Amino acid sequence: MRQIISILLENETGALSRVVGLFSQRGYNIENITAAPTEDNTISRITILTQGDNVSVERITKQLHKLVNVIKVSSLEDDSQGIVEREILFIKVQCIGHTLREEIKNLCDIFKAEIVDVTPELYILQYVNTSAEIDRFLKAIAEQADVIETVRSGVCGIFRGDHALHS
Amino acid sequence: MTLMSGAQMLVRTLEDLGVDHLFGYPGGAVLDIYDALLDSKKIHHVLGRHEQGVAHEADGYARATGRVGVCLVTSGPGATNTVTAIATAYMDSIPLVVITGQVGTPLIGSDAFQEVDTVGITRPIVKHSYLCQSPLDIPKYLRQAFYLAASGRPGPVVVDVPKDCVGPSRRFEYPEDQQVVMRSYNPNLLGHRGQIKRAAKLLSEAKHPVLMVGGGAVISKAADKVRKLAHDFNLPVTSTLMGLGVFPGTDRQFLGMLGMHGTYEANEAMDKADLVLALGVRFDDRVTNSVQKFCPAAKIVHVDIDPASISKTVNADLPIVGDVDTVLGQLLETIEEQGIVCDKDALEGWWKQIEQWRHLDCLRYKSDPQLIQPQDVIRSLYKATSGRAIIATDVGQHQMFVAQHYQFDEPRHLLTSGGLGTMGYGFPAAIGAKVGCPDETVCLVTGDGSFQMNIQELSCCLEFNIPVKIFLLDNHTLGMVRQWQRMFYRGRISSTSLNSNPDFVALAKAYGHEGFRVEKPGELDGAIRKALAMKDKLVIVDVVCNTDAMVLPMQQMRGSMGDMFLNED
Repeated sequence: MRQIISILLENETGALSRVVGLFSQRGYNIENITAAPTEDNTISRITILTQGDNVSVERITKQLHKLVNVIKVSSLEDDSQGIVEREILFIKVQCIGHTLREEIKNLCDIFKAEIVDVTPELYILQYVNTSAEIDRFLKAIAEQADVIETVRSGVCGIFRGDHALHS
Repeated sequence: MTLMSGAQMLVRTLEDLGVDHLFGYPGGAVLDIYDALLDSKKIHHVLGRHEQGVAHEADGYARATGRVGVCLVTSGPGATNTVTAIATAYMDSIPLVVITGQVGTPLIGSDAFQEVDTVGITRPIVKHSYLCQSPLDIPKYLRQAFYLAASGRPGPVVVDVPKDCVGPSRRFEYPEDQQVVMRSYNPNLLGHRGQIKRAAKLLSEAKHPVLMVGGGAVISKAADKVRKLAHDFNLPVTSTLMGLGVFPGTDRQFLGMLGMHGTYEANEAMDKADLVLALGVRFDDRVTNSVQKFCPAAKIVHVDIDPASISKTVNADLPIVGDVDTVLGQLLETIEEQGIVCDKDALEGWWKQIEQWRHLDCLRYKSDPQLIQPQDVIRSLYKATSGRAIIATDVGQHQMFVAQHYQFDEPRHLLTSGGLGTMGYGFPAAIGAKVGCPDETVCLVTGDGSFQMNIQELSCCLEFNIPVKIFLLDNHTLGMVRQWQRMFYRGRISSTSLNSNPDFVALAKAYGHEGFRVEKPGELDGAIRKALAMKDKLVIVDVVCNTDAMVLPMQQMRGSMGDMFLNED
């Protein structure tokens, strides 16, 4: 089961590596991870996507709580109001010839993706959406053109409504 | 106003934190600290002979005294040599502060001489760690380290100090009354009131209750309240290896240790219990046997300060997060408030059942007039010390024989590596205990395998006059591994014979100590008394004993608590 864990922690040297280390020590896998300082730059927020049932997520959440640098941990699945989650994707595609360039441009319009860099032979596409939508977009592009490279940010998530992850 | 170097601030901070003994080993990166130590009148430095020994000594000091143990080693190999000791302390939740030298900050990451990523190497086995970036970090981080090591669920904290942070050229005003402020760390001592009420109710209704204590009860100094609760409710009490002594081993209500080499009565009682009140335990695999078959009939009330320990292996029906002593205080209050009176007679049937199991006398063994049995040694030592000595052990058969046959009446009297199972732990731990408790009789019970893993500390004992008594159960084999080879590997004895041991008596003398050998059962009591009477001497008593002795009873693998191999005699 797909699980998103959000962590607030002291923005200190080594704090991120303690979090990452804990996942491997306890036998959990990180599918993707994002980390950056919050509006208070002494605090960082990490979002981790992992797989596991509720019991194993509760266990890793407790272990994360134990880390001295960690201020708050929450599984984003906890909330009945739901969450907003997004990921960003860049794709560099080979785009030679008018027809292909039109086709890719059309796909971008349909998906509401953007072309952010253009050369005579290449496009760089930018797409912001849920992980599942990004998978679909990637598939649609790959069916039309040669993908040179891709990069994804990993998931960012936040609770809907008034529920927040405060320090 | 005098300005101080980082090294001077380090020593001053340790003094302010009340450190009286520092176990250490010098080296290049900590030269400035050692120089500053010369000017301290409050801190006595104990020079070990290997950094692993040094860190275990600080651990033994911490376990025996209840205070934070501190050690100081140099960078690189000095730091890596402490890794086993740090892991040992981590597994047993021991408050330890390990100060490691580090190469100067400009050299970090350059593969400099004696450089190693100490914080990285120790990350999975510390409660927390610090890498100082400036001299002023030293007092701040040390104060935090002491607070972290001792509070909540205790554990080891590493403070890595680069050489340029302690050098004499950078001097600062010493920050006097610095407070420890950590917004991300607030251990919760108080138990949830509602949960405690529920626990009181379960306790009042139970027909087959068992009280199970562990190392957490030692750490939180809960012995008085454990005893009161147990006596008020006439509860059978069992203990993990780490909890021995919290409840008196000589009390009629004590069933002995539980688990793999626990007593039959303790394990059967767990198996048939309808309520297990577990205090400061973590249900590790040496205790539970098969988790699926663990205490099938019991509601489990689990009190622990570490939420991550609750429902980690064994699901808790009633979890209470909090300090054992505090929660027991709340529980006793609730019991009084609600007027719950113990109906001692209600447990009569349960006790009758327990006495039947106890009647089996599962710890009995056959004495031999010609050959000393290892159990004889522990029983004789128990008699000779009136059960009051601090006993450090190594790991293996002798460790289990101590747990089974030495009845500990007080906590902090058994020092043993329970979680990590570190051979080589016992001797330095005994040294640390004797340093911390100079008026106590401190004995090491060890084996010929384990003892040779930190034997170099004999030299430390001579220099600092640390007269521990060493009882070496010398069976010329790695007894516990051999036992498993005999039981589970069709008797194929692989690399467990120790046929090239040194002459331990001669070795004791070579190091400037006393030693003698005992080979006949009739000489045993006299030899032990003689060793104990030599108050100011370290004595090695080399007890040649039965190679084929087995630690029994023993749980059958993947079985329930009560599925045990018993002694056939």
